[in-house]
Amino acid sequence: MSFLGKLSLDAIPFHEPILVVTMSVIAIAGLIIAGLITKYKKWGVLWRDWITSVDHKRLGVMYIFLALIMLFRGFSDAIMMRTQLALATSGAPGYLPPEHYDQIFTAHGVIMIIFMAMPFMIGLMNIILPLQIGARDVAFPFLNNLSFWFTASGAILINISLVFGEFAKTGWVAYPPLSELTFSPGVGVDYYIWALQISGLGTLLTAVNFLATVFKMRAPGMTLMKMPIFTWTCTWANILIAASFPILTAVLTMLTLDRYLDFHFFTNELGGNAMMYINLFWAWGHPEVYILVLPAFGVFSEIISTFAGKRLFGYKSMVYASGAISILGFVVWLHHFFTMGSSANVNAFFGVMTMVIAVPTGVKLFNWLFTIYRGRLRISVPVLWTLGFMVTFTVGGMTGVLLAIPGADYVLHNSLFLIAHFHNTIIGGAVFGYLAGFAFWFPKAMGFKLNEKWGKASFWCWIIGFFVAFMPLYVLGFLGMTRRLNHTNNPDWNIWLYIAAGGAVIIMFGIISQVIQLYVSFRDREALDDTTGDPWNGHTLEWATSSPPQVYNFATIPHVDDIDAWTDMKEKGQAYLDKANYSPIHMPKNTSAGVLMAASLTVFCFSMIWHIWWLAVVGLVGGIAIFIKRCYTNDVDYYIQPDEIARTEQAYNLSGAGQKSTIANENKELNA
Amino acid sequence: MSTLSANVGSANLDSVSHDAHEHEHHDTSGDTVFGFWLYLMTDCLLFASFFATYAVLFMNTAGGVSGKDIFELDFVAVETAALLISSITFGFAMLAAQGQKKALTLTWLFVTFCLGAVFISMEIYEFHHLIVNGHGPQHSAFLTSFFSLVGLHGLHVTAGLIWMTIMMIEVAKRGLGKATITRLSCLSLFWHFLDVVWICVFTVVYLMGAM
Repeated sequence: MSFLGKLSLDAIPFHEPILVVTMSVIAIAGLIIAGLITKYKKWGVLWRDWITSVDHKRLGVMYIFLALIMLFRGFSDAIMMRTQLALATSGAPGYLPPEHYDQIFTAHGVIMIIFMAMPFMIGLMNIILPLQIGARDVAFPFLNNLSFWFTASGAILINISLVFGEFAKTGWVAYPPLSELTFSPGVGVDYYIWALQISGLGTLLTAVNFLATVFKMRAPGMTLMKMPIFTWTCTWANILIAASFPILTAVLTMLTLDRYLDFHFFTNELGGNAMMYINLFWAWGHPEVYILVLPAFGVFSEIISTFAGKRLFGYKSMVYASGAISILGFVVWLHHFFTMGSSANVNAFFGVMTMVIAVPTGVKLFNWLFTIYRGRLRISVPVLWTLGFMVTFTVGGMTGVLLAIPGADYVLHNSLFLIAHFHNTIIGGAVFGYLAGFAFWFPKAMGFKLNEKWGKASFWCWIIGFFVAFMPLYVLGFLGMTRRLNHTNNPDWNIWLYIAAGGAVIIMFGIISQVIQLYVSFRDREALDDTTGDPWNGHTLEWATSSPPQVYNFATIPHVDDIDAWTDMKEKGQAYLDKANYSPIHMPKNTSAGVLMAASLTVFCFSMIWHIWWLAVVGLVGGIAIFIKRCYTNDVDYYIQPDEIARTEQAYNLSGAGQKSTIANENKELNA
Repeated sequence: MSTLSANVGSANLDSVSHDAHEHEHHDTSGDTVFGFWLYLMTDCLLFASFFATYAVLFMNTAGGVSGKDIFELDFVAVETAALLISSITFGFAMLAAQGQKKALTLTWLFVTFCLGAVFISMEIYEFHHLIVNGHGPQHSAFLTSFFSLVGLHGLHVTAGLIWMTIMMIEVAKRGLGKATITRLSCLSLFWHFLDVVWICVFTVVYLMGAM
């Protein structure tokens, strides 16, 4: 084996014009960004205030930034697939050869689930959850930074695969025996394995971190059943992560052993059992979809109660429904492969369990409807996303119940009906939820509101585009079209494929509107400035802080007496009270250990992918050494002294005092 | 800062100043142990996945050896005894640490380390013995799942031994401050956890396999 393992110049796909153009665009954009950072001398700021930051709010912003970048990447894949399928009808080959097309649909799935949806969800949770429970930070701030960089490492690995070698051609589930060395001898599956492994580790650590935060660091008075609903749904999601991600780690490790050391977990020979992979994969994969959607349910709950100006209807049932969904989410995994050929009774059990999930989900839907009932719903961008979700997700849920019938599944398995179904729930449920949360909490995180006009434009493009793009896929599923086809030769399908491609273009306008929205809002940030810290007349403690919150979140930790703690404080006239004397605040110091360790492990993963063994050892040992050094550092914290807190708080009160009193007065009127 | 004076009596100055920080708002060492315990529960599920896979694959010997042919219970019994006793000795180390007895803590940690090393050495011997006899993990799904499950536990124990080495250096250099005791508590949880997992491995893999 040579010095660089399997890596050589041949690994760079110069022969693929699309990839060369992509690489050039990325390289030019990267150079421009680097040039701008250098010109404005921002490298120091970037390093000190962001990359090494352990502040949950900044990490949250970085997570969402990562998610948006990966949304562009994943969406580029999507629109390439839709145009390919619109062009490659009636026997035409289209413009994407199968080996490239296969990489694109695999990358699309992995990126959208693992590197768009997960970071978006975790980003929102990072920014908001500690604020909602009245905490100064998470339980383990360094670990939080490390988790982020692990996730980023995975994303970097996937993007490196554009330049060096290839990505997996197996579909995002990477089922063996196709993903075994025999049938996928290239580095694609190895990129898949290591990118998922390292980002999965990051996600797992995040869950442990936030569970410890929620159970140990709530403000005094906040019992579990007084936690805001978003915190609750995130907590359920974190329990699911803690319970399911180890299974992903395990199954990927097994596949790794099969590919690297000739083990026989899932091979065709010597007693391997490929179905074991599929079982384990979905024992993680099914809870994963609830991990994505439960926090989104929490976002909708917060938004609908805030903008209806009412308490959330059925708070307790919402908490228990989320719990029921979480538990049931673990006993339905087999519905992903009814066709495996388990006995009728086994299939019936998993079918029934799947349908049962519709019950707690229905409870939630009615709770939202009853929250709106007799409220005064202000139609803002977050509310539009919520209403759009309620319609879209219901459709997706019902097609899910249809698929849960084993008999029907035998007809629809792996057809475009399934593709339509899960996009219906993941886009209509999770993505709409994150975008709603993005619009809702943006002023909290950044200090200014988002432009409404472009927000509404984006929403309408997204929802119309969604229906135009995915309803035809239901039809195509019934017409017998299976997933992952590179080209078709059935005139009956053509019209629906054209319509679907049109839908993808409309969604593209939605994404463009969002970019414009960000630009316009940033340009007009002075006019959109949120000086109150409470732009929507919110209910929970995140709105008790300034926008963006001070590094310590709360000058004094609030005492909580109600689920809607902030509303309660406003009603009792306890909000916005200046406090004369503060005590010193204990804060964690920023650290470069997280990013260095993740960088080291990225080197390890990359070397493993290319069989550069010596470098893999260097990367792994380096990563472990940095971790051990960090663990035994005692100088990790500092104090913010009372006079500094007083100065910060005073400066903030002066800037927004006028608006605050108006809001407080309006509140009293509203509640009177 | 009123808590500062309360702690001055114990350990060295380095750890005292750290103590004062930790007492400011809430007991963060409790959070650390709780967080670590949560992590152990996720680790438990990692093992569960490997156990499940072993349960599915152990009969797939592909015409090769089965557990009956290769397990030597006497050997494994000694291995098991070493690990179980090491759990007790770690308990003694923790008692000594709580009592601020530095030398005694180090002694018991060292005894624990030796027992752990005996366990790992025996496991490596067993693996080596199997591989040279042509029963390596590449030969059947049964051997694959056996080596992986037992090896996963062995990797954990090895990590525990490395951690223990570092802890011994820390205790020797820094004494038994609060932060050090917290780290020792986490290692203690880890070590006992590995013991429990081993009892399952011993029962499910070796006893049920050899019977």
